[in-house]
Amino acid sequence: MTPLSQDEASSAGSQETGSKGTIRVLQLYPRDMNIYGDWGNVLVLQQRIRWHGYTPEILEYNVGDPFPEDVDIIVGGGGQDSGQLVIQDDLLSRESALKELADDGTPMLLICGLYQLFGRFFKTRTGAVIPGIGVLDVETHGTDERLIGNVTVSSPEFGDILGYENHSGQTRLGPGVRPLGTTAKGTGNNSSDGQEGARYRNIVASYLHGSLLPKNPAIADFLIRTAAERKYGSFTPGAPDDGYAELAREHAARRPR
Amino acid sequence: MLYFSVPLGKLVRRVTRLRGGGSAFPGLVVEKIDPGFMQRTLSTLPLGVAVVSGTNGKTTTTKMVVELLESQGLKVFTNRTGSNFTRGVAAALLGDVDWRGRLNADIAVLELDEAHAVHFVNRVPPRYSLLLNVLRDQLDRFGEIDKTAQLLQHIAAKTTGTVVLNREDPRVARIAETLNGPEVRYFGLHDSLLTTFPNDDDLRAGPGSPVPDLPPKPHADVVLRRVGADDADFEYDGATVTTGMKLRGVYNIFNAAAALVLARCVAGNGTTGTDHGGLLKALSEVAPAFGRGESLVVDGKPLDLVLVKNPSGFRLGLKSFPAGGYATMIAINDNYADGRDMSWLWDVEFDSLRDGGVDQVSGSRAYDMALRLQYDEVAVGSVNPEIVPALAAFIEGATDKPKRIFCTYTAMLAIRRELSKITTVEVVS
Repeated sequence: MTPLSQDEASSAGSQETGSKGTIRVLQLYPRDMNIYGDWGNVLVLQQRIRWHGYTPEILEYNVGDPFPEDVDIIVGGGGQDSGQLVIQDDLLSRESALKELADDGTPMLLICGLYQLFGRFFKTRTGAVIPGIGVLDVETHGTDERLIGNVTVSSPEFGDILGYENHSGQTRLGPGVRPLGTTAKGTGNNSSDGQEGARYRNIVASYLHGSLLPKNPAIADFLIRTAAERKYGSFTPGAPDDGYAELAREHAARRPR
Repeated sequence: MLYFSVPLGKLVRRVTRLRGGGSAFPGLVVEKIDPGFMQRTLSTLPLGVAVVSGTNGKTTTTKMVVELLESQGLKVFTNRTGSNFTRGVAAALLGDVDWRGRLNADIAVLELDEAHAVHFVNRVPPRYSLLLNVLRDQLDRFGEIDKTAQLLQHIAAKTTGTVVLNREDPRVARIAETLNGPEVRYFGLHDSLLTTFPNDDDLRAGPGSPVPDLPPKPHADVVLRRVGADDADFEYDGATVTTGMKLRGVYNIFNAAAALVLARCVAGNGTTGTDHGGLLKALSEVAPAFGRGESLVVDGKPLDLVLVKNPSGFRLGLKSFPAGGYATMIAINDNYADGRDMSWLWDVEFDSLRDGGVDQVSGSRAYDMALRLQYDEVAVGSVNPEIVPALAAFIEGATDKPKRIFCTYTAMLAIRRELSKITTVEVVS
């Protein structure tokens, strides 16, 4: 098993010549919604975009910033209750722009907290209703039960998805979305229906971190391929070395819940 | 009950020690038969109880406070065995009281895990508390970092005398606003060192992202001004003093400022006044605690063990111990005591290891770690989840070099067990 060697890595890193084009990745609210290794998802996109022969450009959007133009991939992470309160109004003010991007087919990865807030609402344990932006036809209810542990999801599109969950909000899917997969280990969206995550257009939404993309390169490549096809009409993949990712998946799958 | 609980507890302690059993079990026994034992015993101390809590650095800071107070001629009781929960305190008390239950000490300085500290302070309100930091650690246990901050707030609220807070950690400094009983004192960093200690809020934003304006900071009793290779400058009472330091790691040295504030408070409230020279001398002689930047010797070359358990600790560990000239091994386990969610590895940057690479990666999550290094373009020598052969290969492959192992808690226990076969290692049961 050989990892990417030093030389290969740096030559893959210098993309000035022969790049197949630029792919712009926007991280949503990294200051307030970035608690469980969400940077890992952005880093994996950045590096794999390079390894596929394109040039990555990483952008950030925080509360009050002007919203960047020409975004190819959007990544949103998880936050604590306090982080969600900070971004709530700003997110609502971006509702129509984000809906338009989603309906237009912009690939997005939404983890945990932003998965919930891209839904219709989050109803807290005390009955308060926090409105979401309704991009996803899902609703979330706060509970006293915290769902924590390793998760394996079977997905028709991506095969086995491996990750770790830690949430007390329970999410139910409406008819406008389909689940990302069904849980083989762990809980997922809620403690009753065995489903995990949501799929809508080119959005992948999930409770899983770990971070999600490093051990699930199929999802990372789906986002990159979709972005490239939308922007350049086609996608010609490179050959990233996923040897360590494969072994990390095998070992993670054997760990107890 | 009261007449036989202490002798019985001490007896159980002797028996479990003979059998090599856990350090907290006798505490459990005495707590069951005599629930008032701990509270009654600690309430007799003339200078009361000081609680040290926070995510990172409790063990080393507690050790520093104890040694600083001993330099002032005080007799200090502490929970040295590393059982940092209530039952562990009761067990440690059993070891130190006489057969009639009397504790010969002036003050108790106790390291307490955040969650257990809450139960402890409900039963034994401390006279002093020292709250170090709130960092992302074991979120799978505490749920959220803000929840951890609430636990520390509760400890502060139960404190009857003085609360010592970290001025540079927003979640800890903010606790002051909620208090109206105890006096509040701070330890802090000079502005030039602030970037060395990213807190979790800075860590969350990507590189170069703007930081919102912060309110002006309160005065700190002791400020860390400079960290040298084997010395440090502290500023207090309007003067800057330089002292040698055996402790390494910038985070340990920052916690020395914390220990100084608490020790000065306690000594200042004593009868003889503070012996400042004695405090500094004691500080310069504090040696690292178990696994916290310990240096062992293997094949005539130093081998450093650096315990890593959360993103900020790992980042500081990498920053404090430059990789140049060292062979490096990383061992990551995912047992309960290590933290089970691997996300934290993705919040640590490993660029500083890029030049020399990492010789060995091990632990139950060795491949998660190797994958993390691949994405930071750090070359990996070999990967073996089994710690024993990985450690042997690491030592064999770098006989001519000093070595450093970054490891999670249970990986460190396994590594120490192995190392004890070939070198002198303090074995902690």
